Amino acid sequence: MIAPAALLVLAIILPAAGVVLALAAGGRGAERVAMAVIAGGAAIALAIAGTLWSTGAPLSYIIGGWAPPLGIALRADGLSAFMLLTSALVIGAIGLFARATYVQPAGTPERRAPLVFWIMLMGVWTGLNAVWLAGDLFSLYVALELLTFSAVPLVSLEGKPETLAAALRYMLFALIGSILYLLGCALLYGGYGTLDIVLLSRLARPEPVVFVALALMTAGLAAKTALFPLHLWLPPAHAGAPAAASALLSALVVKGSFILMVRLWFDSLPGIAGDGAAQFMAALGSAAIIVGSVLALRQERLKLMIAYSTVAQIGYLFFLFPLAGAAGDWERLAWTGGIMQLVAHAVAKAAMFMAAGLIGEALGHDRIAGFAGLGRALPVVMFAFGLAGMSLMGLPPSGGFVAKAMLLTASIGEGQWWWAVVIMIGGLLAAGYMFRVLTPALAGGAAPVILAARISRPRQAIVLGLAICALLLGLMPLRPSALLEVGRTTQAAEVR
Amino acid sequence: MTPATLYGLCSAVLVGAGLYGALVNPQPLRKILALNLLGSGTFLLFGVIARRGAAAGLGGDPVPQAMVITGIVVAFSATALAVALLLRVYQETGRTTLEQPAPKDVV
Repeated sequence: MIAPAALLVLAIILPAAGVVLALAAGGRGAERVAMAVIAGGAAIALAIAGTLWSTGAPLSYIIGGWAPPLGIALRADGLSAFMLLTSALVIGAIGLFARATYVQPAGTPERRAPLVFWIMLMGVWTGLNAVWLAGDLFSLYVALELLTFSAVPLVSLEGKPETLAAALRYMLFALIGSILYLLGCALLYGGYGTLDIVLLSRLARPEPVVFVALALMTAGLAAKTALFPLHLWLPPAHAGAPAAASALLSALVVKGSFILMVRLWFDSLPGIAGDGAAQFMAALGSAAIIVGSVLALRQERLKLMIAYSTVAQIGYLFFLFPLAGAAGDWERLAWTGGIMQLVAHAVAKAAMFMAAGLIGEALGHDRIAGFAGLGRALPVVMFAFGLAGMSLMGLPPSGGFVAKAMLLTASIGEGQWWWAVVIMIGGLLAAGYMFRVLTPALAGGAAPVILAARISRPRQAIVLGLAICALLLGLMPLRPSALLEVGRTTQAAEVR
Repeated sequence: MTPATLYGLCSAVLVGAGLYGALVNPQPLRKILALNLLGSGTFLLFGVIARRGAAAGLGGDPVPQAMVITGIVVAFSATALAVALLLRVYQETGRTTLEQPAPKDVV
């Protein structure tokens, strides 16, 4: 039996070992390595979440026995558990979905794309798990870089000129973001002599060096999260990548830098930023919701529409800053609502990008104007697409409904009704761009749709399964989650 | 003026110049170079902080040095990846700029 705290190390080591093994195993073995890592990673995520659930206390592991500030700690709180489970579920579905695309049958010459895909998939997972578990800001920087370096090649997996350009633009945005973050780390270390999250939360005071560091780091992370107006790199990168990679990028990779921002604002420097800054972040989020949704409405291609919808849905996450900042019942509700929005969007968007990939494969194009009657030709895929869309619109019962309802209730409860207005407008606009696709597809056209390729049943089943998961998240009760509070209240108590 | 202040000001100049270059230049290669300048300024700042011995009141602090070494490795890999991408863009299109706002065909 492994000690529960050692699971935190395993969660990072396992996918990292998978990267090395896949490189050694070559094109044909990489897929098998990835499948083993997916099974093992899911078991580790469940074990960590189970431990947190049964004990109700956070886990921590001091690497090498060297305690912070000199050493490095890994910590798992309720947020880590949520994110570990979400990434295990989404990466598992993406891995099973991608097996059909990135297969290397015996007797055929090896292609490079499958090997790169499986290695980068596990690389992204290593980076994500490290972001969920790292206990200090510098380890988070390294984790974030690992995530970026694994995500960028996924964009240009097919090697087409426009995807290479999209990957390069993504890379430049990500680079400027990470260097600004590192500069903030330097300033914080200069001020307090530690980057450990818990130690920093005790030492940090509202003074100029902290304000500058927080501003630099937040700006850098916002560029990586594609917060409006730094979202320009996202649509071409996410829409140009192959379906499985788009799902991974849109569902999980942008959430990594967002969680880092949460760790910074809520855990490392609690109460430093002040209400004005929090309102400003949520205002940018609101602009993202409106602009992203309107641009999604105007797209002619399905994948670009879904990518702009990601820009919009990311905006909701930023309501966390003004709504969940203080300690109180409404704030706890907003905290659960904000994180649920993250989880629900991850699951629904992964399902939606994979459905779009199947539609593109079946039709040979993804122009929304050519979708008339698609519901009859691809009933399961369109059904899955619609279910995932319910979550984006926030229709009950879906994960998106639960999340948006909690954020809406909390914003009214805290007397910040203006965010409630934005949430409702965002829901209407999301319904607009979803029905633009669903209405012609389900109403049926004059001529039957001719499919360019057949889609196998298991792949349709994976997409449908993930879309149903997005729906099942809606069965969650509309109150603060006990698991998500693990480690949060104690930390807040320590600070005060 | 102490040496630490002088180096601190140098790092501020490097950071400022790098940030300006990264934001103003439209050419990807110039952006990559400017980001390296920005990175150098950041590493120099870590060096200044190490000299001040912030952690234990000693003559020097080894932790920022360790961070700089990690940071240099990361910056090196990032530059290599970005330049490799730029070279592939050049091979495929014959251009070294990014004027297209969106891909023409995504399927």
